[in-house]
Amino acid sequence: MTLAGPMAPTAALRASRVRLHNQVAATLVIAGAVAGLTTGFVALAANRLVPGTPITLADAAPAALTAVIALLGAALVVLSLMPPRLLVHRIAALAAGVLLICVLEAAGQAATKLTADAPALATVSLGAGFWVIFACAALALIDTLQRAATRPPVQLLIVLAAAAIFIAMAKTGMFDALSLAREYAGRQQVFAAAVTRHIALVTGAIVPALLIGVPLGIAALRRRSFEAPLFTVLNLLQTIPSIALFGLLIAPLSGLAIAVPVLGAIGVAGVGPAPAIIALILYALLPIARNTLAGIGGVSPAAIDAARGMGMTHRQVFWRIEVPLALPVLLAGLRIVTVQAIGLTVVAALIGAGGLGSFVFDGLGQYATDLVLLGALPAILLALIADFLLRLAAGGLRRRFAP
Amino acid sequence: MTEAMIEIAGVSKTYDGRPIVTDFTLSVPKGALCVLLGPSGCGKSTMLRMINRLVPFDGGTIRVGGEDVLSVPPEALRRRIGYAIQSTGLFPHWRIEDNIATVPRLDGWPAGRVRDRVTELLTLLRLDPETYRGKFPHQLSGGEQQRVGVARALAANPELLLMDEPFAAVDPITRDALQSELIRIHKETGKTIVFVTHDIEEALRLATVIVIMERGRLAQIGTPLDIIENPASDFVRDFVGVQGIGLKLLSVRRVADRMRPGESAEGEAIAAEATLAEALAAMVTRRAERLPVADGNGTIGVISLADLVR
Repeated sequence: MTLAGPMAPTAALRASRVRLHNQVAATLVIAGAVAGLTTGFVALAANRLVPGTPITLADAAPAALTAVIALLGAALVVLSLMPPRLLVHRIAALAAGVLLICVLEAAGQAATKLTADAPALATVSLGAGFWVIFACAALALIDTLQRAATRPPVQLLIVLAAAAIFIAMAKTGMFDALSLAREYAGRQQVFAAAVTRHIALVTGAIVPALLIGVPLGIAALRRRSFEAPLFTVLNLLQTIPSIALFGLLIAPLSGLAIAVPVLGAIGVAGVGPAPAIIALILYALLPIARNTLAGIGGVSPAAIDAARGMGMTHRQVFWRIEVPLALPVLLAGLRIVTVQAIGLTVVAALIGAGGLGSFVFDGLGQYATDLVLLGALPAILLALIADFLLRLAAGGLRRRFAP
Repeated sequence: MTEAMIEIAGVSKTYDGRPIVTDFTLSVPKGALCVLLGPSGCGKSTMLRMINRLVPFDGGTIRVGGEDVLSVPPEALRRRIGYAIQSTGLFPHWRIEDNIATVPRLDGWPAGRVRDRVTELLTLLRLDPETYRGKFPHQLSGGEQQRVGVARALAANPELLLMDEPFAAVDPITRDALQSELIRIHKETGKTIVFVTHDIEEALRLATVIVIMERGRLAQIGTPLDIIENPASDFVRDFVGVQGIGLKLLSVRRVADRMRPGESAEGEAIAAEATLAEALAAMVTRRAERLPVADGNGTIGVISLADLVR
């Protein structure tokens, strides 16, 4: 390319103005592109137990769709070079969102095409390429939404819209040919029961943990000499590996159920939900008690003095001043504990507690990766949803109270 | 003799065996603006907080409005006494309206009456009610927050107001404005106010009676002029300050006390209510040795440089 003499300085000036404003999006696109070109987007296997042959995106998906995905990636790079304005971020977010849908669509179409030409037992599973591209697109969407300074209600709408689009796509049967969907199709009833069980175990642990942990935190606040021993014990509990704690509870609980038949009758046993819930409660106590102490201890002493001086009773000071002002910190603790419990509950399947972990351990036993994913993915999704909703609640409170 | 609003008799307080307040006796007349003054750690704040029983006392009696404070439940006692503190203690999660309405709502006032009272108080503190009632404390400046703190203390129309270094955390200009407001409100409402400070200038400006405390004991009680002219001890003399004592004297005396009535002079008049320090400042800046003195009705006399040192 040649430039006329007088134009060159202008062009050089313009070139110098091209800067990479959004390094995150550009990096994600490059990572996605490398994964798309070098690793298998999907894998075709003779049956669900043998490892498959990787097939790249270009070979697996229709050419038009591959082209759209490439164009959207290129668009994101171009947008990341543009000055960081709100409109640019919004367009980038839209591009990332459409890219996400296209990647899902490509996976569905690839599976449909590949299984149509293969024997009946053959399966098409999602490959590393898919997961990397999907994760990159999702992260690019989150990043651009944050840059666009989206308000929480709008974020909620976007999440709901994304869920609606995904469900609509699934309803058309687009993903049916994927092995993950086939694993699901064969277990719809069991899956629904496992999700319900998982949520029940988490709720069953969090509610008592709050009822115990919050008073413990308050006790540590009111009586400082209680603080050190309490947190020593809670910290110690936190360091026990979860599998060990689940295991450790089997013997005492079996013994207890035999010694006190009433407890056995209401479901206390060495294996099953009882030890799982007890272990989850023990793990949840530290963050809850610590955040209660920090939250209520962090309330301005001047506000409390003023409240007392104007004639509020201790109870009124607690409920009207201390609790509302500590609520953002308390919610942060609840968020940590909920996400942690959703993850730990997966492991609890080992001691027969049920939940999504049962798919994970069944899958591990059968070397069936898709079955592992059928347990792991919904658990991750549950954790993300819980995190998002509690963040939304805490953020709303913080905005209202923050100086 | 005016009736006493507060009668403190032989009150003591020790904390971990350390005496904080020792055998303290004081009578505060109705309508007084009594300033408890002393260095930090002298027990003035503890003494104030014993009046509304935020701090329990070991011995002696405290009566408010003739009634022994120990004969009333502490919460009921506190709701009848206004309370304002340093750094305001406004509730950050409540709107200004809710903050001011704290005690009226604890007392179960109907909503309409609460609303009217909030409007009245914001107006009294020169904050536009419609602009401010819906705001949160963090949206206000430090001075505005302190005004709301005072309004909140006045909300249930208490006869007695306890103020613990309320203006200590604001800048000097804002503090000056807040002090003027407090003097005005004291005049307009006739409330009895007990005001704790370690700032001698603030005490001289606000007080009708100053109570100086030294290590938990009463060191001297008197009008601002008494304290400066006749310090009862070396401690008081040192605390009030030998340096600049002349200027302090000028700042507690009024032009009205020294002017020559009936005479007249050229130039802009100074108010009869102004302090001699203000008159001196006006003479220096205007390069005038005589200033006309006016009250609300016009010129009433003259004050000259010589009158200041008389």
